[in-house]
Amino acid sequence: MRTNTRPESTPSSMDTTAGSVSISNVTKVYFGRQTLADKLLKRTSPDFEALSAINLEIEHNTFVSIIGPSGCGKSTLLNIVAGLSKPTTGEVLVDGQRVTGPGPDRGVVFQSYALMPWMTVAENIQFAIETVYPTMPVAQQKEIMQEYINLVGLSGAERKHPHELSGGMKQRVGIARALAINPQILLMDEPFGALDALTRGFLQDEIERIWEQERKTVILITHSIEEALLLSDKIVMMTRGPAARIAKVLDVPFPRPRKREELDQYPQYHELKAEMERHLTAEARVVEEARVRASV
Amino acid sequence: MANNVISTPAKRSSMPLLNTNQKATLLFLLLLSLFLIFWEIGARSGLFLPIMPSASQTIKDFWTWIADPFFDYGPNDKGIGLLLLTSLRRVAIGFLIGSAIAIPLGIITGLSPVISKAIDPFIQILRPVSPLAWLPLGLALMRDSEKTALFVIAITSIWPTLINTRFGVSNVDPAYLNVARTLGASRWRTITKVILPAAAPSIVSGLRISLGIAWLVIVAAEILLSGGIGYFVWNEWNNLKVTSIITAILVIGLVGLLLDRLFGLLQTWVSFGQRS
Repeated sequence: MRTNTRPESTPSSMDTTAGSVSISNVTKVYFGRQTLADKLLKRTSPDFEALSAINLEIEHNTFVSIIGPSGCGKSTLLNIVAGLSKPTTGEVLVDGQRVTGPGPDRGVVFQSYALMPWMTVAENIQFAIETVYPTMPVAQQKEIMQEYINLVGLSGAERKHPHELSGGMKQRVGIARALAINPQILLMDEPFGALDALTRGFLQDEIERIWEQERKTVILITHSIEEALLLSDKIVMMTRGPAARIAKVLDVPFPRPRKREELDQYPQYHELKAEMERHLTAEARVVEEARVRASV
Repeated sequence: MANNVISTPAKRSSMPLLNTNQKATLLFLLLLSLFLIFWEIGARSGLFLPIMPSASQTIKDFWTWIADPFFDYGPNDKGIGLLLLTSLRRVAIGFLIGSAIAIPLGIITGLSPVISKAIDPFIQILRPVSPLAWLPLGLALMRDSEKTALFVIAITSIWPTLINTRFGVSNVDPAYLNVARTLGASRWRTITKVILPAAAPSIVSGLRISLGIAWLVIVAAEILLSGGIGYFVWNEWNNLKVTSIITAILVIGLVGLLLDRLFGLLQTWVSFGQRS
């Protein structure tokens, strides 16, 4: 595990050069199951190549979105960066160090929120802080917990349990929990995928606001073109799986802070959007046609 | 003029006079009265065997037992409260011993698939055995009816708790475990702070089933051993006092219901809106 010493004052005073991610030649193959019985019966289940030779350099404090058709291995790639899944070949370097497992230098926001239902909002966040900084005085832990609850706008909900919260509020707790351990890198796996459109838009604005306050390297998995354009510095478009590759990396040059309603004033917004739509619809069409063929 | 009225609701149909619970209560009372009336008429008109007391006689004797629950006129003549306390004490101690074995064993087997598979044959063979089959073995080993009762209840209490604990521990939502992993939580911290609270609803539901079965078994065990409410049932049969037997059946049922409700509350308390 890498060392992650928390600075004494505010989280924004962290080392500003930390948090670069280098993905080189990462391949992920799910090997077909072959037990002794399968061997005797000459039964084979095919190997499935999810990712094929992914190379990606992410500079520190860059907001990167990964977008691609469903089933293209976006989440697999994120899990490999998080250390929750091991690449079959290749490696991921974080600040030059090879990723061998999960660690608190990379905060993860899960699509399913993954809040502990038996802990209150405050306890969920404090659990994370206490796990990562076991020697920190409790008073300071509580101070940080409160700071991040305020940051995501959940003041007053500290003592509620997750089942008393709406989906949007749950994900705000998830974001606060990931940020409270002060990771250099924030990994978000379709964080708003389970939310309705209005809540989704609101939380995207919140992420934009928070990111202006606390610059970090962010990798966001998303299905939404607008979400990617609003939040990202770079957009990584992936091809369909199996053996998904990176099709193209787009630069998003709009100045920050960005406002959702002002984005379409930039002529490039429409070009980028059109390019992404072309790519995604073409990929999605092939995926759907393959599915139709497979089902008849 | 209000234009935002989409449709005028049809005239409110008359509200039902009673809600579902009130209707069910009324039906329950009706069924109970029908049953008691049938019983009373049947007993008085000689429809049943002469040993069968009438409903009114049974209710009268029931109240006599309930009114003075704690008298003690010797080993074969005790109040029903004292008898219940004897049985409850045995169930409590036996259940605690059984749970003290079952919960740690369930946690270990839930965490380790190897140990779980290795221990599984023991569980699968011993679990379907009627707890009363252990009674002679208990008597042979302990030579004491009190200890044998505890032994039988302890064995009874092990299986549902063990199996539910193992299930709960091995089926913790992987998302919670991933959170612990990404935070770099130690194995011990993951077990105590994540796995055990996540498995708590399953563990408590196992304890609830165990306690229910223990309460069933204590009555049967006490008929064969001595003391307690089970022995009372058998003793009153030897005295041919059917009203006392019916009283005991009702009281055993009520206590069992109470114990179950108690663990039902505990289950709600550890569930936090999760399905359990």
